[in-house]
This record gives sequence, structure tokens and C-alpha cells, in this order.
Amino acid sequence: MRIALLHSRIRVEERLLLDELASLGIDHELIDVRELVFDIHDASRWTSLDAVIDRCIGQTQALAAVRVFERFGVRSVNPASVIEACGDKLTTSLLMARHEIPTPRTCIALDEASALAAVERIGYPAVLKPTTGSWGRLLARVNDRDAAEAVIEHKSTLGSVQHSVFYVQEYVPKPDRDLRVFVVGEEAICGIVRHSAHWITNTARGGVASVLEITPEIRDLCARAARAVAGSGGALLAIDLLEAPGRGLLVSEINHTMEFRNSIAPTGVNIPRRMIEWVVATSPASAARGPAPSTGAPSAPSTLTPVPASPRSRASLIEELKLGHWAAFDAHSRTEVA
Amino acid sequence: MNPTASTPPPALSVECTECAASITLERQPLCGEIVRCRECRAELEVTSVSPLRVELAPEVEEDWGE
Ligand SMILES: [Zn+2]
Repeated sequence: MRIALLHSRIRVEERLLLDELASLGIDHELIDVRELVFDIHDASRWTSLDAVIDRCIGQTQALAAVRVFERFGVRSVNPASVIEACGDKLTTSLLMARHEIPTPRTCIALDEASALAAVERIGYPAVLKPTTGSWGRLLARVNDRDAAEAVIEHKSTLGSVQHSVFYVQEYVPKPDRDLRVFVVGEEAICGIVRHSAHWITNTARGGVASVLEITPEIRDLCARAARAVAGSGGALLAIDLLEAPGRGLLVSEINHTMEFRNSIAPTGVNIPRRMIEWVVATSPASAARGPAPSTGAPSAPSTLTPVPASPRSRASLIEELKLGHWAAFDAHSRTEVA
Repeated sequence: MNPTASTPPPALSVECTECAASITLERQPLCGEIVRCRECRAELEVTSVSPLRVELAPEVEEDWGE
């Protein structure tokens, strides 16, 4: 079992993942995406890898690198399809809607005039968001038509391509807090409540976190959301939920390279350990991996043969951690996402 | 200057490029690792391990998300 951590900068999260790889005795390497050169005609440098864990900060770089790895037959966690599904709010929303998962009402428009119509359709207050990017930036709440016109004009004069996509969402009058659930595979392993006086709650903006009880409703909703973006078997995700008065929980965002440094202490769950264990349990052992599948999708694990080279093999980990249900991970079912 | 067995371990102290405060790391850093200056709170990226060098980490870019 050999795992690569694909990174740009090494933040606390990446360091914790590396520490877990080391403490589990898993052979691993670091790949700095900024130094990476792929010869697309020659995969030999990479074929010893059983999995690549994407922890790049820049999504464009991540997606390009992950596509190459997948074409080379190396499993990526998360896969390109999940990065695409989560990295673009429009795609995420479309998947939630298609799978009938509760999510804020959303309209899309592609022109200034129609953007105003989209806002009017949603009603006031509405929230305009860029379709990519995170950390609670660049969101605008509009309370009336004048504000909507001002924001729309400003966004279109910014000139960037993504600002010509107007993603308009209902404003959900939630309590002064929101919920983030960490999902490993399809399982909600823990969650935090983030408190903030401001309507944009985000730990990256200094929200205070406390533990969230994983109720059956949360467990079920997150499993469905994980399947919607990643197919059967799920992925490594942080799912943001909103408590909508009278409507229950809504899935607001799904993050594909989650930040978890401030969530380990309040939840008492070793999130990076659970992430690594899942990657090990669901990755095919290198000995069992055949030629690169033409679809670029990683093959499902076909054997539990221990890998003698590593002190703790995938099979022994599965046995030890009772992760048998993860071994049924079906990587091919995510065609639904594409 | 090749490091040999007799070379002492690399220093774990470096000067902050922003405020010149001395930053002492608790453990051997990795190239690309982000460290924070306690004095000015700047986020610095380790660009070289031996010798230890840091640069101001880039500001958030447009396609950055979680
Ligand atoms: Zn400083």
C-alpha cells in the first residue's frame, strides 16, 4: 500500500494527515503540485501508487492533476468527479435538486437582465453567490430591487467569466449558527456547530465551534448528499447544513478538501485518522490493480490480499478496524455524477 | 556544502520576513509547510528547509476553496 499526498502548501490539515499515514505505517510520499510534471505518455513514475489524496488549495491545479492520475489508473481521493461536483455550486445544487435532497431554492441566470428576473423569482432577501470559491467570501445579500440591480451591475463589470453566471439563492433565516458534518465514505463521523453573529458563518472567518450531535436525520441526509455527489461509497466530504425554520435541515454546501483542524478537539474524533483509514480500506492494493481502466475511474478493490511490504496492510486494517462494509466501495457507480 | 553525519541538525529558527521577529518551529518543517509568526500573525511558507527559509504565503486566490 503506497499513498501520495498531493498538496500545494502544507497546512495543519496536511501535516495531520501525514502524521496519520506515518503512525499507521503506510508507505507514502508527498507530491507538490507546483513541482509536478506529467509526461502524459508515460505513467510509469506513478503506477506504484495505490491512491493519491488531493489536498491542493487551488482547485484548477487539483483537478488537472487528479484527471491525469485517474487516466493513469491511480485512484484519487477525492476523484475528479467529486471535485467537479463540489467545487462548483451550480453542479452541487443541480445534484441536490435531482436527488430531491433538501437544499435552498436556487435559480441560475447568465445575463444581467435575466439575473434580475432570477432574483425576483426567488424573492427578497436573496443571496447572490459566485459559483466557485469558498470561505464565505464574495457573497452578497440583496434585500430589495435597488440592491439587486447594484450588485448585478457590479458583478458584471468585474468582468471575470464566473461573474457572468448569476447564482441566486433564497436567504434562509437560520439561527446564528450553522452545522458542518464530516463525512467519510457515506458515514457522518462527527459534526460541529459554528456560532456567529454574522449571517456568513465560517470557521475560516473566525466562527466558534462546538460539537454537533449526529442525529438520524443528519446521518441520513449526509449519506444521501454524499451519494449524490460521489455515487455509492461516498467520499471525504464536509457537508454544510442550514436549519431552516419549519423545513428542517437543508444541504447548503459540500466541500471536497475539508478543513478540520479546529473540529478535532470539539468533536473528540480523530478526523484525519478516519480519513486515512477509509482511503486504505477502499483502495485496491497495488498487487491487485490491473491496467489502467479506459474510463479513468479507479477499479474497485477486488482482493483483500495483505501487502507484505507494509507493517500494517490494508487487509489487516480492515479486519482490525471492522471496516468490512467499506471494502464494498463501488467506484464505478459515480458515472451518475459525470 | 553537502550535509553529512557530522553536520548539526538544521536550525529551527528563522526570521519573519514581515516583522523580523524570530520564529522558532517546534519540529522539523517540510518544504511548503505554512507557519505563522506569533508576533505579526503573518502566514509564511517554508520555501527551503536547509537552510531554513520562509516567504510570505500567497494571498487567497480566486479558485481556492475548501
Ligand atoms: Zn512577523
